[in-house]
Amino acid sequence: MNDDLIQYLLRLGDTALIQGQRLCEWCGNAPALEEELALMNVGLDLVGQARNWLEYAAELLNDGRTADDLAFGRDERSFRNLLLVEQPNGDYAVTMTKQFLYDAWHFDVLQQLCNSSDERIAGIAAKALKEVTYHLRRSGEWIQRLGDGTEESHARMLAAIEQVWRFTVELGAADETEQRLAAAGIAADHDKAANAWLAEVTQIFTLATLPVPSPANYFYLSGRKGLHTEHLGFILAEMQYLPRTYPNATW
Amino acid sequence: MYAQLVETGVKRLKSLDEMEPQERAFQERIDAEIKIEAKNWMPDAYRQTLIRQISQHAHSEIVGMLPEGNWVTRAPSLKRKLQLMAKIQDEAGHGLYLYSAMETLGADRDEEIAKMHNGKAKYSSIFNYPTLSWADMGAVGWLVDGAAIVNQVVLQRTSYGPYSRAMVRICKEESFHQRQGYQMLLTMMQEGTQAQKDMVQDSINRLWWPSLMMFGPSDEHSPNSAQSMAWKIKRQSNDELRQRFVDQTVPQLELLGCTAPDPDLKWNEERGHYDFGEIQWDEFYEVLKGNGPCNQERVSKRRNAIESGAWVREAAVAYARKQQLKRDVA
Amino acid sequence: MSDWTLFEVFVRSKHGLNHKHVGSVHAADASMALENARELYTRRNEGVSLWVVPSAAITASAPDEKEPLFDPSNDKIYRHASFYELPAEVGHM
Repeated sequence: MNDDLIQYLLRLGDTALIQGQRLCEWCGNAPALEEELALMNVGLDLVGQARNWLEYAAELLNDGRTADDLAFGRDERSFRNLLLVEQPNGDYAVTMTKQFLYDAWHFDVLQQLCNSSDERIAGIAAKALKEVTYHLRRSGEWIQRLGDGTEESHARMLAAIEQVWRFTVELGAADETEQRLAAAGIAADHDKAANAWLAEVTQIFTLATLPVPSPANYFYLSGRKGLHTEHLGFILAEMQYLPRTYPNATW
Repeated sequence: MYAQLVETGVKRLKSLDEMEPQERAFQERIDAEIKIEAKNWMPDAYRQTLIRQISQHAHSEIVGMLPEGNWVTRAPSLKRKLQLMAKIQDEAGHGLYLYSAMETLGADRDEEIAKMHNGKAKYSSIFNYPTLSWADMGAVGWLVDGAAIVNQVVLQRTSYGPYSRAMVRICKEESFHQRQGYQMLLTMMQEGTQAQKDMVQDSINRLWWPSLMMFGPSDEHSPNSAQSMAWKIKRQSNDELRQRFVDQTVPQLELLGCTAPDPDLKWNEERGHYDFGEIQWDEFYEVLKGNGPCNQERVSKRRNAIESGAWVREAAVAYARKQQLKRDVA
Repeated sequence: MSDWTLFEVFVRSKHGLNHKHVGSVHAADASMALENARELYTRRNEGVSLWVVPSAAITASAPDEKEPLFDPSNDKIYRHASFYELPAEVGHM
C-alpha cells in the first residue's frame, strides 16, 4: 500500500510541477500584462502544491531524499506526470486548452481527496482545492472567450483541441494502483473523476461553441508508467540543470 | 533609479513672480507639500514630464521581468522557484500600478508602451545587461532592487498623488525583494561550494557598476533636475541617492565576504561617506541609446508578446460584445 | 489593449470597513476585471471583497467646485459634538 501511495503522490506532485514549469515559460510573453500576473499566480499555486505532495512522498520513501531531490534528481522514466501537461505551450489557445482540461480533472480529484481517509492528503487537497477552484473558473472563461470570440480564435481553439485531446486518455482510464487506493478510501475514484471531468468539459465547450471530440483512444504512452512524450526530457534538462551541474551545492 | 534622464522640456526655472496666477497657485500648493490630484489644474510640462517619468518607471518593472524569466525555469530548488515566481508577479503588478497612475494623467497605456517598443521611450539601463548565472538573481535582488528602493522610498513623497500612492504600495511590497536577493547570496557564500562563491563574486563584478548607473548622470550633467526638484517629482539629486546607496551597500558587501570591482572604494572619515571611483559614463549613454548587450532582445521580446497576443485580446473583446448583446436582448 | 475597458477597483480590507479605491485595471469584461483586480490588488491578503466599476461610469466633482461644495460645511461647527459645552458634572456623554 505504501508503494501505491508513493506512486500516487508522485503523480499528483509531478503533474502540478510540470504544469507550473510550463507556465513559467510564459514569463514575459503573455498576450496582456494582466495575464502575466495571472499565469504566474496559477503557476505559483501549482508549484506550491507540488512541493506539498513531493514532501509527503519523500517522507514515505524515507531513503534520505527530499522533495527537491525528487523534483530535481529523477529522470524522465521516473516522472509520473500526466502527458497532457508536458506538451509544449504553443499559442494561447493550446496553453488554455491544456490548462482547462487539467483544471477540470484536477478540481474533481481534489474535491474527492478532501475526504481521503489519509488525513495528510485531505489537508493538502483542501488547501489546493481553493486555488484550483479559481484556476478552473479562469481557464473555463478563457475557453469561452477564445471559442466564441473571433473567427481566428475559434479556429485556433479547434486546432488546439485537435492537438492535445489525445492525451486526455489518461484522465479517463484508471489503473490498478489507483483502484486499490480508491478502494481503501485514500485516492480519488477514477471513474467518478472522469465523469465529472467530461461533464465540465462538455458544458464549457458547448458554451464556447466548440465540439466535444469523441473519447481519446489508448495509445502506447503512459505518464503513470513513466512512458512520456519526447518533450519531458527537455523540460527536465532545463529545470534540473543547476542541481545536476553542482551536485554538492546549497542554494 | 528606475527613471533616468527624464526630459522636462523646460529650459529655465520660473520664479513665483513670473508665473500666471493659475501656475503660481499650483506651485504654491506643491511648496506647501499638498498633493496634486488628477483633476487639479497642472502645467502641461508637469503633466508630460510625469507621464514620461511614470511610464519609464513602469516599463522598467515590465522589462525587469525578462532577466528573471530567463532563470525562473531553472531555479535550483522548489523554494527558490516559488520565491522568484512571487517576485516576478510583483514586478508585473508594480508595472500595472504605475501604468494605472500614469493613466490618471490622461495618457494611454498602449500608446506609451508602443513608444517603448519603437525605441522612443526608455526603461532602466540595468535591464540591458545579461543575467549569466543563478547568482545574478541574488545580485539583481540585492543591488538592483536595493538601488530602486533607495530611489522609490524618496518618491513616496512625490507631489503627484496617484504616483505617490503607487510608490507607497510598491515600497511596502518590494522590501522583500532585496532581502530575498541578499539572503540567496549569503546562503551561497556561507554554505556553498567554491564554485558557488566564485559565481557570486563574478555576479557582483558584472552588476556593481551598472547598479550605480541606475541613479542617472551626475548632478552637473543632469539638466532636467532643477525643474523636477521644484515640482517635487524628484526629491533628491542623483548623486545624493547614489551616495546613500553606496554607503548602505558596502557593509552588506563586506558581510558577504565579497569585494566590489572598484579600487577607489574606501571610507572617507572626513566626509563620513564612502568614496568611489569614476563611473564609465560612455557606457551608460551607449546602453541608454540602445547599444547595450541586451537592448534588442529585451525590446523585441516585449514587442513580440504584445503583437502575437493581439488575436487573444481581440477575441476577449469580441466575446464580451456578444455577451453584452445577449444580455441586451434578454 | 485600447479595446479593453478601464475599470476602477475598490477593495474592502476587513469586514465592517468601507470599500476603498485602490487603482484601476484593464479588462475585456467585468468578470475579467474582477479577476485582474484580484491578482493585482489582493496578492497579500488585502481584501475580503472587491468592486470593479467602469471608469467611464464615475462622475467626479470638479476641483474648481471645491469651495462651493465643501467650504460651506467648514463653519457648521454645531454639527460636531465638541461644540456643545456641558458642565463637568455631566461626565462622559
